[in-house]
Amino acid sequence: MLTSHRTPVTGRRVQLMATCLCDAFHDDVAAAAVEVLEHLGCEVAFPEGQTCCGQPAFNAGDWPASRRVVRHAVRTFASPDPIVVPSGSCAAMLFHGALLEFEKEADLGEVDALGRRTWELGDFIVNGLGVRSWPGRFDAVVALHRSCHTRGTGSSDAAALLLGSIAGVRLVELGEGEQCCGFGGTFSVAFPHISAAMGRLKLDHVRAARPDVLVSGDMGCLMHLGGMAARQGAPVRSMHFAQVLREALRGAA
Amino acid sequence: MRTQRIDQAAARLGAETRAAVYDGAKIGHEKRTKLLFDHYADPNRLRELAGEIKQHVVENLDTYLPAVEARLVANGVKVHWASTAEAACEAVHAILRARGATKLVKAKTMVSEEIELEGYLRERGIESLETDLGEFIVQLDHDRPSHIIKPIIHKNRRQIAELFERNGLGAYNDEPQVITQRARQFLRHKYLGADAGLTGANFMVAESGRLVVVTNEGNSRFCLAATRCHIALVGIEKILPRDRDLALFLNLLARSGTAQQLSVYNEFILGPRAPGQPDGPEEMHVVFVDNGRTNVLASSCREILRCIRCGACLNVCPVYRQAGGHAYRSVYPGPVGAVLSPLLLGRRFPEKADLPKASSLCGACNEVCPVNIPIPDLLLRLRDRAHTERVPSPGTPPMGAWSILASQPAAWKVALFGGRFLDHFPRSLVPVPALRAWESSRDLPKWRGGEFRRWLKLRRKRPGAGQSSPGITP
Repeated sequence: MLTSHRTPVTGRRVQLMATCLCDAFHDDVAAAAVEVLEHLGCEVAFPEGQTCCGQPAFNAGDWPASRRVVRHAVRTFASPDPIVVPSGSCAAMLFHGALLEFEKEADLGEVDALGRRTWELGDFIVNGLGVRSWPGRFDAVVALHRSCHTRGTGSSDAAALLLGSIAGVRLVELGEGEQCCGFGGTFSVAFPHISAAMGRLKLDHVRAARPDVLVSGDMGCLMHLGGMAARQGAPVRSMHFAQVLREALRGAA
Repeated sequence: MRTQRIDQAAARLGAETRAAVYDGAKIGHEKRTKLLFDHYADPNRLRELAGEIKQHVVENLDTYLPAVEARLVANGVKVHWASTAEAACEAVHAILRARGATKLVKAKTMVSEEIELEGYLRERGIESLETDLGEFIVQLDHDRPSHIIKPIIHKNRRQIAELFERNGLGAYNDEPQVITQRARQFLRHKYLGADAGLTGANFMVAESGRLVVVTNEGNSRFCLAATRCHIALVGIEKILPRDRDLALFLNLLARSGTAQQLSVYNEFILGPRAPGQPDGPEEMHVVFVDNGRTNVLASSCREILRCIRCGACLNVCPVYRQAGGHAYRSVYPGPVGAVLSPLLLGRRFPEKADLPKASSLCGACNEVCPVNIPIPDLLLRLRDRAHTERVPSPGTPPMGAWSILASQPAAWKVALFGGRFLDHFPRSLVPVPALRAWESSRDLPKWRGGEFRRWLKLRRKRPGAGQSSPGITP
């Protein structure tokens, strides 16, 4: 339901949208995304003016504020090359959420075009570039948290396919995989009690699956779960799946 | 720290109630999913089809409603139209008054809760008795249903046994069979003494005028069999085009709502007793209830009128599981209620404008909905409306200044750099409520604003130099 009609990928030039969370906290995830894309022969451009996808204001209901940020993204990522985002949530904001808030706006067409060339990283690798397996080695039991904003898209299956193809990786399922981790952006601060309760349930499932690493395609979920686990005094090792792909490449060397 | 009302309600919820709600919802969801995927190769296709049919009805209510009225009249049914809750109550009361009726037995109907029929009739000297076991318990306890199809999901058997004991229905016994048996014995006599029976409708078929009522206890059948007059309260969105659509909808409703292949009692009612038929009510009335539905139709959220009241979205919803149904302060709780309840209020929307906020927008509700309602999109539209109408939203950080920052690259870069000073302050001194709320249960990772940009610049300048650090986060 979420995926708009996507423009097929022809060349190997891409624009990286690092996301505000990686810009502020998780720089290594964005770096891993660059290395992974370059490994695939992509020429990665990083438009310097980029900021955020506009989702915080969109979810808060302040659509005029959100549209201001989305319009900035339209200007910043003006090139027709695919925009690759190491976050299912930010990607969905651009190819689904933005269309909702621009429904009655004169520049809906430009926003729609932006959405059509926006890809979550795993979705781009598998369904955009047609890559079905990943080389190298990464010895770990991996639990993949399928983040909510990848529902109805190819992202989670793509991440599972790539992770499962890496030598040394053993994928384990998380119980109640359909349940949200409780992050939800501003939800995590406006509903701190419910958000934390949801996080504890998710962490129970993570610990029950006994993975070496908890992996997701969204740093929002991992920041919330990792931050909770740390606060509980029982940290959970977590990685973005781009970091796993990069570590696998290093493992091959 | 200012937080949302539903979060506060969840924090106040007793452990016993929370466990009852959580377990009931989780089990309901798991059974539903197993049954759908065991029986159908592609249940999602069924959900989409059902959604298309209901959307078609919603888009064409203006032609379906007169058509169904004509069918009903031809079938010998008296049709009433009620634009408000008050008008619906008046219509029921007028029917009862005309017959001199003072005792009404009710099958489960959410519309009767919505229009607050029981209190209206009580004030006018008419007893209306709930005959669905769950609703009977709710009525006995002067409580409110907390779930669309499992009204007492928030109660456990101990609480019910105590309630029965207090109300003279036998000494304490919390065996579900005993509880059921006692309710049954009590209700049997009530059916026989009742003057009229009231039901809702799960579906109303336009081509035939067939009213479909689905239960698992057979109580609606007793309501009809024992009384002379049948009154059905029907929301105007309950229409299906054709009889054969029932095959799809009854399958989806039973599986989504109660994880059954088919509900135990499916009644297809074509009108009052015809000459030559041995029993059944001699008089049948259908009261079509609008009560805000045409406002919903005119809104940007009309998809919510597809809802067939199965409760699957409640069962899967992580917020509902923590907060319980009463937290929504509405007849319709959970994700569907978070959309429908504020909309039904019309101009009083701000009173419940906080409900659409009670979601992490995870989308699980849409994934289970038998009529594929895009609930997260509708929640978002209502958030936009609440913001436009300037309804305060506690705990939600203001976004205006942030959006200006996020559309000025130079300012953004300064902020990325400046953020690191946060790490040098004790967090308790930082006057940002959102940060406090975050840190109430989570550590915040170290600020590394701009580090990625520096890394990338270095890598571009000297290819090979920009080896990133081993990637473990946080």
